[in-house]
Formats: sequence, C-alpha cells, structure tokens
Amino acid sequence: MATDFPAVSRPATGPAPGAPGPSGRSPSRRLPLPPLLAGLSVALLLSLLCCTALGASGAGWGGALRYLWAGLSGGTIGPDELSAYTIIWELRFPRALLAAVVGAGLSALGVGAQAMVRNALADPFTLGISSGAAVGANAVLLFGAFGSLGVWALSSAAFCSALVAMVLVYAAARTPHGLTPLRLVLTGSAMYYGFSAVTTLMVFSADRGEAGRSAMMWLLGSLGGATWSSVPIAAAVVLAGIGYLLWSARSLNALAMGDETAAALGVDAERLRKGLFLVTAAVTGAVVAVSGAIGFVGLMVPHVTRMLVGADHRRVLAVAPLLGAVLLLWVDLVSRLLLAPVELPVGVITALIGVPCFVLLMRRRGYVFGGA
Amino acid sequence: MRVDVEGLSVEIAGARLVEDIGLRAGSGQVVGLVGPNGSGKSTLLRCVYRALRPAAGRVLLDGDDLHALGAREGARRLAALPQESSSEFDFTVAEVVAMGRLPHRGAAGRVTAEDTGVCAAALEQVGAAHLAGRGFLTLSGGEKQRVLIARALAQQPQVLVLDEPTNHLDIAQQLEVLALVRGSGLTVLAALHDLNLAATHCDELYVIAGGRIVASGPPHAVLTAGLLAEVFGVRAHRVPHPASGAPQLLFDRLP
Repeated sequence: MATDFPAVSRPATGPAPGAPGPSGRSPSRRLPLPPLLAGLSVALLLSLLCCTALGASGAGWGGALRYLWAGLSGGTIGPDELSAYTIIWELRFPRALLAAVVGAGLSALGVGAQAMVRNALADPFTLGISSGAAVGANAVLLFGAFGSLGVWALSSAAFCSALVAMVLVYAAARTPHGLTPLRLVLTGSAMYYGFSAVTTLMVFSADRGEAGRSAMMWLLGSLGGATWSSVPIAAAVVLAGIGYLLWSARSLNALAMGDETAAALGVDAERLRKGLFLVTAAVTGAVVAVSGAIGFVGLMVPHVTRMLVGADHRRVLAVAPLLGAVLLLWVDLVSRLLLAPVELPVGVITALIGVPCFVLLMRRRGYVFGGA
Repeated sequence: MRVDVEGLSVEIAGARLVEDIGLRAGSGQVVGLVGPNGSGKSTLLRCVYRALRPAAGRVLLDGDDLHALGAREGARRLAALPQESSSEFDFTVAEVVAMGRLPHRGAAGRVTAEDTGVCAAALEQVGAAHLAGRGFLTLSGGEKQRVLIARALAQQPQVLVLDEPTNHLDIAQQLEVLALVRGSGLTVLAALHDLNLAATHCDELYVIAGGRIVASGPPHAVLTAGLLAEVFGVRAHRVPHPASGAPQLLFDRLP
C-alpha cells in the first residue's frame, strides 16, 4: 500500500491549534456511552414500574409490585384481589411494555428515515408513512381485510399500506432530475393529510357509535388498546428493525454524507436505501397497528440523542431507542392521568412537550441543525 | 497502481453524457482532466469511483475491472473526493475521517487499534490533527477539504480521484490542497477548473469536450492557443512561469 506520505508542514491557513472555530463553537460535547446506556436502562426499568403502579387501581405500590411478581412468576393471589390484579397484569403492564416498544421503534425509525432522505425533518410521521399505515390497519378492523393472517392481519395490513404510502410519496416527489429531500418532506406532509382524511372517512362510514373517538385514536395515537397479544409481534418487529439499523450504522454514516461519498466508501447507496425502505415500512406498520400514528417522537428523539452523543449512527442508534422508550412511557402515563378518568390521545402530549422543546433546541447555540 | 479507462460511455435517461473515453494514469502519476462546464468531467469521474455504472467500457486498476470487484474491495484500492460531500448532521472531524475505514471493516465491524492509528496518521499527514474534535460543519472550506483528503487517505488506497478539489477555496488553500495531493505519492485523477493550476500540478492532461477526449499529453503539449480557442472559446497567450518554467496562460475574449 502506498501510504508512505511525506509529512506536511504546518499549514499557513486555518486557526491555530485549540483556537475556536470561525463561529466560535467549542468542540462538540459527547457524553461517554457506557454510563449513559446504563443510566437509561435503569430509567427504563423504573419507568416501566411507575407506569404499571401509578393510576386509579386501588392497588398501591405494594399491591402493584406483588401482582406483577405473581404474574411474572406464576404465583397465586386471593379471589378478592382479582379485579386489581387484572388491571395491573392484564392492562397496565402490557400497556407499559407496549409504550416502551413503540417509543423505541419510533425513535429508531426517525434516525433511519433522517439518514435515508438526508434531511433532519424526516420521520415516518412527516413522510406520511404512519398515516398511510393507519389506513391499512383500519381496513382490517372495519372490513376484516387480511382475515386469513390471524394475529398478523393488523400488522401485515399496516405494513402493506405503509409500503404503498412510501412508494406514493416517493413517486409524487420524484422529478426527472432526481429526488430532493425537501420535496420529499413537503410531499410527505401533504400526503399525511390525504391519508388522515381516508382514515377518518373509513371510521365514520363504519360508525359504531364511537367514530370520533376511534378516528382520534388512529390520527393522534393511543396505547389504550394494549393487550398481551399485541406486545410480542410489535416487540419482535421493532427489535429486528433496530438490529438491522445498528448493523448498518456505519453505512448510514456514509449515506448521510451523500450518495457519491457512500459510493466512494464502498457502500451501495441504492441497495441500502431499499433495505431502509422495507424496514421502515415494516416497523412503522407494526407500531401503527398497535398505537396509531404518534407524531414527534420519531422527529425529536433522534435530535436530542445527537445533541447528547453526536451524529455517529453507532452511538445514536444505541441511545435513541432507550430514550424514546422512556419518553413514551412517561407521555402515556401523563395521557392517562392528566384528565383522568378521561384518557387523552398520546399525540396530544407528544406535541405539547415536543413543539416547545423542538423550538428551544433548534435555537440553542452549539447545535447545528440543517447545516445552518 | 495504474488506472486504465477503456471505451467508457455513460447514458443517463437516454442521453449519452460521455462517449468512448479512453485514458491512462501511470502508477504515481497526477493526471488532470480539464474541459468546459458540462463537458462530462464529473460524469467520467463518477464512473471511476463507482457512483455511476458505465453503459459501455471498463475501468481497470492494474488490469482488474473495477466494476467487477466488490464495492468494498474497490474502495480499498481507490478513494475519492466527490464534489459535494456534506451532511445535515454534525459529525466531528474524527468521525468523518473514521468513515474511511468502512471499506476495511464493513458496516458492522469493530473499530480496531489499527483503525484509530491509521485515522490519526491521515489527519497528521494533512496537517489537521488539531481539528480532530471539531464539528465538520464548523470548518472553513480549506479545512474541510483537508479533512476529506484525510478520510480518503484513511481508506489506504492506491488511487485518488478528485472532482474539482479546489472549488470555493482561496488561492493559498488551492495550492495547499494540490501540494497535499501531489505529495501523497498516489496515482491521482483530478478534474480541475483552473488551467494554470492544472499546468503546474499535473504530469498529464486530458482535455474533454462534449463528452469526448479531444487532446491529451503533457501540459505544455496540450495547452496550445489553438486548442484553447477551439475547446474553451478564448484567446490564450502562453508565458513560461518565471520560477518553474511551466506554461502559464493569460486569457482574452476571442475577437
């Protein structure tokens, strides 16, 4: 290998070592990964417990922990405790698990989508994929489509319609000169309204007396429908999706620098993008099927993560799912408790927290957003 | 490592952008590609660093067909600085240079001590070791280009392809970047805008116009008044560089 280069004398241009850059920014801060991951894992476990115990079950912390243990270890409880046990073990714990799974999935999806279209504003929600998936999930619920697929019907339908939505958005955003990220995001946002309208139409045309509520659930997201049967499929698909993204992390770094750079680094950008396309559709489908179209998590968590650990996708993809899981657990808790016994759609809380956070983060010095 | 381009043609959306291109860069040579805007320089180079597949023809590295090699194997032999290489995301300089190890380790590979050493050495070679912790997006144009050269060197290639590496740089930075490239000892294929820089820094020049090679050879043989009038539509006067003797050009509009 011809790596025997002559040493180069100190350049005449550029700032002296250690001098601040032209914009006066100090070197980017990076939190060390192991303690951060450990801390987030502990926070995740504690959040799971809190979300299981808190609420109007009458069981209290002690009871909640006992029922949880009984459920996990197959232990016994008294007959008078059955209703409290059911609330904890059959409703709240699977709901908490699902919140964690959905939060992790949405965050990882956001990271993948932002690298895929090279735009900081991309996530399954802004690209119209979530609302597209909701159309398919609704078709199953209302018209019994995909009935032969059993428990997989909802996820499969959501996956297919997410895929169709992505293809539609790509096709509509395409020009003879290729595809610009901005066009993609604008088209996706427009499609979001179209798909939302279709969902709303479907829900109201099959009115079972709860149409307004049901439409709200699909368009703004809710974890209220969580059962033990909905957890395993969503968890399996989300974990597989995160695995794929982590496995491609270094290629995502190259892709984020542009297709030509990726090619020069030996990454087949087209093949990688196709893989991301399918994985995004699959995970979005699995997530939307159980929780509706929850916004802001996929958009915001990747940015917060990058601020903590930098832009390297190996680090971002290790941290973002944990952060998203913890965030959605607490968001769901707030949505249950804020106006109890009325339950708010999750998307209301994510937007309430997300919008001001997002604006603040964007305006903060030291965080480079969109190269500005 | 020798680079041979044989009978290369590229079609995009039915339009033939370059046609039957042949060129050769001997091992360790610096070969310049000059031509007016839209003449096909970038298209040709994109084929050479595999961002495009040719409709016909081959790119050979010491006789091996580049497009028949695996993508990673190709990137271990040949590195490139595309014209646009930037990101919305705030990578540090060290992270950008570490991307150069991708063809050696694969997407899921672990970072080894060798990788860290190679990246540090590459930054040192381009005189940018002090930038390692900085955000790439905060750098000046010249600093960015040095860091991208370090990324290319971290690939430990034998061939370096550069698409207008001096764009948007001030004159000191332009000379510095070209000195770095020449000093690397690699076989270099570079598209250059500035004919005087091309004349002083290249061993061989290929002139491309309308997607075809119209002249080639050492700078003093290629950059004639007649050719410049025909290809670039300018009247050129040649004077020897007072220090180096390399041909330098002064331009007027054609009468």
